[in-house]
Amino acid sequence: MIVTRALTKRYGRVLAVDQVDLDVREGDRYGFLGPNGSGKTTVVRMLLGLVYATSGEIEVMGRPVPSRVAEVLPEVGALVEGPSCYGHLSGRANLALIDASGRAGPRRTRRRRIAEALDRVGLAGVDNRAVKKYSLGMRQRLGLAAALLRSPRLLVLDEPTNGLDPRGISEIRDLLAELNAAGTTVFLSSHQLAEVEQLCTRVGIVNRGRLVVQQDLDDLRAPTGRVVLRTPDADRAAALLDGRIVRRDGDRLVVAAADPAAINAELVAAGLRVPEIGPERRSLEELVLSVTGSGSDRIAGPSANPPAHAGEGEAGSANPPARAGEGEAR
Amino acid sequence: MIRVELVKLARRPRTWVSIVLLCGLPVLVAVFVAVTHLTPPPGQGPTLLSAVLSNGSLYPAAALAIVLPIFLPVAVAVVAGDSVAGEASSGMLRYLLARPVGRTRLLLAKLIALIVFTVTAVVAVAVSAYIAGRLLFGSQPVAVTNSGSGITPTIIAAHAAATTLSGTALTPADILARTLGSIAFIAVSMLGVGAIALFLSTLTDSSLGAALGALAALVTSQVLVSLNAAASVSPYLPTRYWLAWVDFFREPILWRNIDRGFAVQGIYVVVLLGAAWANFATKDITS
Repeated sequence: MIVTRALTKRYGRVLAVDQVDLDVREGDRYGFLGPNGSGKTTVVRMLLGLVYATSGEIEVMGRPVPSRVAEVLPEVGALVEGPSCYGHLSGRANLALIDASGRAGPRRTRRRRIAEALDRVGLAGVDNRAVKKYSLGMRQRLGLAAALLRSPRLLVLDEPTNGLDPRGISEIRDLLAELNAAGTTVFLSSHQLAEVEQLCTRVGIVNRGRLVVQQDLDDLRAPTGRVVLRTPDADRAAALLDGRIVRRDGDRLVVAAADPAAINAELVAAGLRVPEIGPERRSLEELVLSVTGSGSDRIAGPSANPPAHAGEGEAGSANPPARAGEGEAR
Repeated sequence: MIRVELVKLARRPRTWVSIVLLCGLPVLVAVFVAVTHLTPPPGQGPTLLSAVLSNGSLYPAAALAIVLPIFLPVAVAVVAGDSVAGEASSGMLRYLLARPVGRTRLLLAKLIALIVFTVTAVVAVAVSAYIAGRLLFGSQPVAVTNSGSGITPTIIAAHAAATTLSGTALTPADILARTLGSIAFIAVSMLGVGAIALFLSTLTDSSLGAALGALAALVTSQVLVSLNAAASVSPYLPTRYWLAWVDFFREPILWRNIDRGFAVQGIYVVVLLGAAWANFATKDITS
């Protein structure tokens, strides 16, 4: 659905996107993760033909972008860096104008399609007030409705749940899952790990313009070959499992063993109480924190403590002009 | 896309407010002049104003002379400066281009909306001034004189001209034709302003910046035109022939400056629109 090869974008001296090889397959729910300023939005803009790549290739639905982007975009619904609208017009009027723009949707069905899109995002009963009086969540829903106007095959969404309350987020998640089940590929750029973890089937993680991980989420979350357990008899358990304990943290033990059931049987046979036991899995958060540095919104002073992750020492002392440039690059 | 742009223009309150203000100023002037019967002597004050007391049908031309120096360029620069930069700052530009709307097509639609606004504004001023003129002033025959090639507006002094100067009487059809010529000339001059603002509008994401930039260019041009030391460049300045439409009210019509005015504006429009297109079509949209 989306393939990029060595995609690179340079703004002056700032390398915003560096040799990115994306591979989004048809039917994926792809989570595109990365710290602020890591180049996510620049990639999204390049996919839509808004920003031209410095080098590298992009293919969306088998057609090269930007040279044949006009053939691709009618089948793409996009929400880039927050919704936009003409504040003095109503939501319906905004959607009608957007639908009439460019390669227009058929006029005959416009009213119906607008009603359907509004219904899908939960704005079916919206009145004729001007959009500037909408709440942030309503605008976000309106932006999504605009992306859904033409029943796209591919949805490219940048932070789609921004400004929504928990119920709204869950509604939008259900909506995206439903659209995906009906055949729409979803490309979701976000830094909300929970959102990606709950919705996506595949993730790509960018850090400082480079794609550092691209994998199915299930593989990422596969058991690590360790067992985590909690027991009030931690001292005796540690003695029993001596040599196999990887880490002990109060009454929480990490054991090098693949099968929690076997460990459990062993402990229980020795008369130990085990309220909690299970295979250790990496959370998406652990993975993201281990492969990314801090975002471009963190500008530590020279005297600040050195940041924890590799590669960040540089970020801590980076000179402000370069940082500012990277901020713009988003 | 052109239809969409026209709808956007028409649904913007600002469009109508600026047209009403443009029409309001000449009407206000007309009321003052009609009440007091005081007009500036020929050669001073707004062009042609001295003639309107005797014939209201000249008032459209006088009204255009009133709004031409500041009001009209400001209105056109604001609309043109907003055309691309306004979409960029509202964030709609990225959604329009992702529809997709071709960049060239979008720019063309913006240009056509701008032309429609400019012509509407100029015609609205002329029509409202005609109505005000006919209601407030008389309709004695008008005479025009050929008082030389200076562009300072000393040409018509109709009430005096009828007796003292060898003026020719103008028929209503004549006045209409000459007024239409003036409208066309002024509309093209304003299109030159619009082209400057439209070009700047593709450079920046700030509509205010683009509009002010265009006005700064005009002020610079005006200063240089009035400066003898800059005489060598003055024929190429955008405001050099702005007042040449007054020559439509000479007898015979002095075509020389009118033609040059059309040519200079045409060059500015073509070059600036080309630059706007070249910039916009290759630009990274990061707004």
